[in-house]
Amino acid sequence: MSQDTVIKAEGLNLVFETNDGPVHALKDVDLEIDKGEFVSFIGPSGCGKTTFLRCIAALETPTGGGLSVNGMTPDEARRNRAYGYVFQAAGLYPWRTIAGNIKLPLEIMGYSRADQESRVKNVLELVDLEGFGKKYPWQLSGGMQQRASIARALAFDADILLMDEPFGALDEIVRDHLNEQLLQLWARTNKTIGFVTHSIPEAVYLSTKIVVMSPRPGRITDIIDSPLPKERPLDIRDTPEFLEIAHRVREGLRAGHAYDD
Amino acid sequence: MRNVLPILTVVAVLLGVWYLAVAPMNFRLALDAATRGGADVTPATPDEQGQTGLIRLMLDNPSVMPAALSFERPRLPQPQAVVVEIYENTIGLARNCEWQGFGGERDNWSPLSDGCLRVIENRRSLIFHAWQTLAPTLLGFAIGTGLGVLLAVGIVYNRTMDLSVMPWAIASQTIPILAIAPMVIVVLNAVGIQGLLPKSLISSYLSFFPVVVGMVKGLRSPGAMDLDLLRTYSASGAQEFWKLRLPSSLPYLFASLKIGIAAALVGTIVAELPTGARFGLGSRLLTGSYYGQTVQIWAALFMAAICAALLVWLIGAVEKRTLTRLGLVR
Repeated sequence: MSQDTVIKAEGLNLVFETNDGPVHALKDVDLEIDKGEFVSFIGPSGCGKTTFLRCIAALETPTGGGLSVNGMTPDEARRNRAYGYVFQAAGLYPWRTIAGNIKLPLEIMGYSRADQESRVKNVLELVDLEGFGKKYPWQLSGGMQQRASIARALAFDADILLMDEPFGALDEIVRDHLNEQLLQLWARTNKTIGFVTHSIPEAVYLSTKIVVMSPRPGRITDIIDSPLPKERPLDIRDTPEFLEIAHRVREGLRAGHAYDD
Repeated sequence: MRNVLPILTVVAVLLGVWYLAVAPMNFRLALDAATRGGADVTPATPDEQGQTGLIRLMLDNPSVMPAALSFERPRLPQPQAVVVEIYENTIGLARNCEWQGFGGERDNWSPLSDGCLRVIENRRSLIFHAWQTLAPTLLGFAIGTGLGVLLAVGIVYNRTMDLSVMPWAIASQTIPILAIAPMVIVVLNAVGIQGLLPKSLISSYLSFFPVVVGMVKGLRSPGAMDLDLLRTYSASGAQEFWKLRLPSSLPYLFASLKIGIAAALVGTIVAELPTGARFGLGSRLLTGSYYGQTVQIWAALFMAAICAALLVWLIGAVEKRTLTRLGLVR
């Protein structure tokens, strides 16, 4: 385990017992994520990418193997506020303003009033929502709501940001814009990001490491370290390097399906 | 104001049906009186009248019609008779009280004068009886709501209560309240509890149920994602309750409160019926039916309806204010 390893999975297994018998959601997953990496998990439905993210967040408990987050068990890491989690939907409380929603984790974790205010101000700036603190969620567009939910995950200084298809419900144009902003945010905050997605271009555009997964049982079929520079304008998606990585991801996904019908 | 026209239309239709029903309902009574008074009616004897159809009688005796419409102790009074009865037993009584009791000028009447306030204490006044019913209703509603919320919290957080309480809550509502009311009154009386509380308990018996059902649904309304979010913050159970479950349940709670307060009023009135209560709208209904005073019954019914409407409107106003402040209404 190198000095910089933040998340380390060794022979991780997770079996759900269901009425139709056991379902192997994760099988023998080995993965190391270093500090400051942007790791995407890509694969078809049922490949265990969301499950793996939930294991890191201690929302699911693995049935076998080892998983450490910041050198601790996921449970301890959660209690130490190691990560912020962004869900598929923004999940803002409708009875709280945007600022109130961002304060929610801060209230729960017992930050002082003054600290709360300054943190809300900081993260609103970080996601380009200055001046929207007093608005209610329904007054914001879907993309703005998702940005607010990212701000909420950033508010308490967790080093790790776990994102479960955060832009899945948004249209392509908004998604491009948010991807660009997310990269800028990542560059400014130097967080370690775990990002689950369905989209190959999104994964390649954002990541320093792409984890290709396949279903039944859920497992990793390929891990691709991206050679793309950290500075990425949107039109990098037309370069040969980009297309080459995208091709390799597609091949990995296809291989995972090889013995499917 | 958009709502006024539909409401007025419905009221007009109801009034129309009412007016149309007045003559047929009272015609036989009026005909009896006319026969006894020696008027010229066809057929001439009560026996023959009894064997004749109502429509035939009405067609043959148009001269009795005015008497039927304004019969003094009718089966069905005209609407205006009810309005007059309500007026005389509320505002009219207040004016009389002041005029007679305090020697004031009848024209200098003011709603906040002593005479007017005395109507609340005057046992002839409908306001007195309405208040006698409203006070236990409000207390019973408070008890019922508190009990309902507590039970709902227990049901949501405790599996044993979840499995055991709900069936009993449902069973409790299948028992006719009319059967339980006298027993509650008698039992409480035996242990020395009288007055407001027995009525309130019966009223809370009806009002707790909608609150339980609504609150259980409301407290369970947050989705898996909302709950997961709090888990990622390692939030405590209390924080989950105060920051997520309780605010989520408020819209459900208010819907339940509107049903609950109407049920509480019904509960109080029902509690007054079989127990021979001397005061309250229920007692007015009861004495009205003893002495054939249909006007009095109708007046008490309308007073109850006015009270219920006011209570529901009040809850609605609080609901709108609260939910708007919480940003739950746009």
